[in-house]
Amino acid sequence: MSDVKKFLYVNRKAPYGTIYAQEALEVVLIGAAFDQDVAMAFLDDGVFQLTKGQDTKEAGLKNFSPTFRALGDYEVTKLYVEQESLDERGLTLDDLQDIQYEDEDDDYEEKPSIIVVSRAAMADVMADQDVVLSF
Amino acid sequence: MAAYDVNGTSVEHDEEGYITNLSEWTKELADVIAVAEEIEMGEEHWAVVNFLREYYEEYQIAPAVRVLIKSIKKSMGPEVGNNKYMYELFPYGPAKQACKIAGLPKPTGCV
Repeated sequence: MSDVKKFLYVNRKAPYGTIYAQEALEVVLIGAAFDQDVAMAFLDDGVFQLTKGQDTKEAGLKNFSPTFRALGDYEVTKLYVEQESLDERGLTLDDLQDIQYEDEDDDYEEKPSIIVVSRAAMADVMADQDVVLSF
Repeated sequence: MAAYDVNGTSVEHDEEGYITNLSEWTKELADVIAVAEEIEMGEEHWAVVNFLREYYEEYQIAPAVRVLIKSIKKSMGPEVGNNKYMYELFPYGPAKQACKIAGLPKPTGCV
């Protein structure tokens, strides 16, 4: 399996207002079909993508936030969230959706997909990738 | 734009047969789409269609075929959730055909 590459999709923008967030998620879901090691990173306003209780009715847009909870089905199980970006926006882990995946190697136990990391640790995560795609 | 005819009411669909307004779906429409897809809807077909509608309701996406089969295996068991059986039910692709009949968009990750 030496041909498996590590892909990181970096999300820096708020979920609505531009199409970047929704398109990025779509690309991740499509890319997940190719059996690569796929992870996502959320920093800057990108952390808003994962917040709970999004309601887009008034804006007339599709609320795609529930789709993040399907990522586990697509074997995308690592969602790195930058601590400093949360702090700067007055958010905590409690403001984010509870996103889990079933660990096939551990009797299908449900485990959290969100991994909160410091800015320094996020730099290490990025450095460790074969491919980094920014949205 | 082409449309399905359900007892005199027309429901628009795209060039591949997926309906354009998801809220226009009814069970009667599902039967009409199934006829166009040359599928005779039995209980097993309905189980898959209903499963897909629930999946969409919860996650706001139509799952890719391998995700669909894996999820069906989990909720209905391996005798239903396997490639062979699912392709017997929907010969032109379980995700594509079942999503179309369920009134969902084309599956995400269906390349």
